[in-house]
Amino acid sequence: MTANANHPPAVEAIGLTKIYGSGNTEVVAMKDVSVKLSRGEVVALLGPSGAGKSTFLTAVGLINPPTSGRIVIGGEAVMEGERALVDLRAFRRQHLGFVFQKANLIPFLNAVENVAVAMEINDVAPRAARQRAMELLDYLGVAERANNLPDALSGGQQQRVAVARALANQPSLILADEPTAALDSHRGRQVMELFRKVAHERGSAVIVVTHDHRSLDVFDRTYEMEDGKLRASLHDGHAV
Amino acid sequence: MNLAAKDIRHNFGRFALTTVGIGLLLMIVMGMGGIYRGLIREATLLVDRIGADLWVVQGDTRGPFAEISRVPANLEDRARAVPGVASARRFVSHTIQREHRGKPLRIVVQGLSWPEDRGDWIPLVAGRALHQAHYEMIADRSLKLELGEKVQLGKDVYEVVGLTSGMVGSGGDGLGFFTARDAQSIQFDLPGEALRLERQSRRARVANVDLGQTQPLLLERAVGSARGIPALAPAQVSAVMLTVQPGADAAQVAATIEMWPDVTVYSKQQQVDLLLSGMVDKARRQLGLFRVLLIIISTIILALIIYTLTLDKIHDIAMLKLMGARNRVIASLILQQALLIGALGYALAYWLGTFAFPKFPRLVVIETPDLIQLAVIVFGISVLASMIGIAKAMRVEPNKVLS
Repeated sequence: MTANANHPPAVEAIGLTKIYGSGNTEVVAMKDVSVKLSRGEVVALLGPSGAGKSTFLTAVGLINPPTSGRIVIGGEAVMEGERALVDLRAFRRQHLGFVFQKANLIPFLNAVENVAVAMEINDVAPRAARQRAMELLDYLGVAERANNLPDALSGGQQQRVAVARALANQPSLILADEPTAALDSHRGRQVMELFRKVAHERGSAVIVVTHDHRSLDVFDRTYEMEDGKLRASLHDGHAV
Repeated sequence: MNLAAKDIRHNFGRFALTTVGIGLLLMIVMGMGGIYRGLIREATLLVDRIGADLWVVQGDTRGPFAEISRVPANLEDRARAVPGVASARRFVSHTIQREHRGKPLRIVVQGLSWPEDRGDWIPLVAGRALHQAHYEMIADRSLKLELGEKVQLGKDVYEVVGLTSGMVGSGGDGLGFFTARDAQSIQFDLPGEALRLERQSRRARVANVDLGQTQPLLLERAVGSARGIPALAPAQVSAVMLTVQPGADAAQVAATIEMWPDVTVYSKQQQVDLLLSGMVDKARRQLGLFRVLLIIISTIILALIIYTLTLDKIHDIAMLKLMGARNRVIASLILQQALLIGALGYALAYWLGTFAFPKFPRLVVIETPDLIQLAVIVFGISVLASMIGIAKAMRVEPNKVLS
């Protein structure tokens, strides 16, 4: 995977290894994983359960540090092994967006507030945050449900709001962990296409962990993980 | 965006119930303080209002309120002769419980030193002061007697000629003001048989001594009325109240009377102190401990509720942390909710109290300093209660979102 010559890679993982436990209970969840993504790239990460996909995603998402290896995001080194080189929470706030299998919307906030809160956390003024949140909801086609609580939204609508929230702070990297698992194939594909649209139009790099092989044509690249190791996949014919 | 307010709006029912519960608890805490203040006011009310500068009581006693005191009625005349004394009045007070209109009627019988004292100092809400030496009374409203109502006490019937309000004894029973002689009649009223037995006993005692055997007339007098026997002392009174002349030194007057070996003198303040350190002190400590317990219970309940509310939000808190929310955003969400429950509970307690406290059988006095003190305590317990929730929230890892 190559980076644009004028911009540093959106994310670069170098030799990431994650080991849980020790001695007899030691489990190597991720072994010497290296990957580099440019801004605007959409990458799928495939693999069976327990292959280490979520471990990789949470390591790159700065919520589960690797045992060893180095993570560089937007040209800035952020993790060296288990050692944080930056304020991780502040870094996540400013540079990362997350989407999960469940939308994980905050139940006491309506759709627009769920998006705006991500910006307010990042010190955007409430009025500006709300305005931008409305724009994002409009961009993702759920503006008419802006004032509905999550309970009143369908699964697809919730996931769109979650994507809007992930985009709120214009992150350089969006991490999505099986975002279509709870959706039917039609809506699942819509969400995948949404990631592609977001990546190409907004310049964020997107890593999507998925089991859904039907939408692989949406991605620029596809990787497979097995036994903690990452390898390029030939599923879409675009493998590196 | 105020996350606390949004969460409260979303879980309004639970917050409302919690607030009502805390409010009721705080009302009890507030009421306990009010009952204590009421006790003090009731205990010291008579001393405050009766207008005596000095109290002359039985020697080496702390009467007439903290313990029984008996002094001869003629002490009034002796005291009046002391330089600096403007007036001396006898103080007769005792509690009786009689049946009236088929219900028990407890009255603190208060004797007024007729004719000098007709009860003009008593704040009346209806009727008038005493106009005659016998068979009239002024009743506190808490006795639930009507103006003009007739009450049989002992062998006599007394008419309620005046009504006053808020005049109760240290036990919370309403005061009834009578002339001192009527008060004594009520106090020493004995059934006919008891009188007859006492007279026979007196006669037997006289008959057993030489004088009785040599003076048969004495035997005859012994079975007569006690008033007809000069050798028998007249009925005693509880104390004698003195007012000093304007410009006279009350301490000097007290020092003069203190030299009499049969009495002890207390100033008004000393009498109040005796009441508070004696009768009211245990009640104060009891109520104080009860208050402390209730505050602890309120804190635990509030902490438990805030903790469970926090547990309910663990996933959301993890999500907020994942999005990069600072600790203060999360702490403030929990703290604001605790403070809001505390503040609303306090307001509810105050509002409910204004309706409930006047219906309490004992006086409940809510004073501003007590309200401020409780507000500070509520603030403190709200902060304390939120700490456990905040501590829990701080330990939540962002990857909890994935579980």
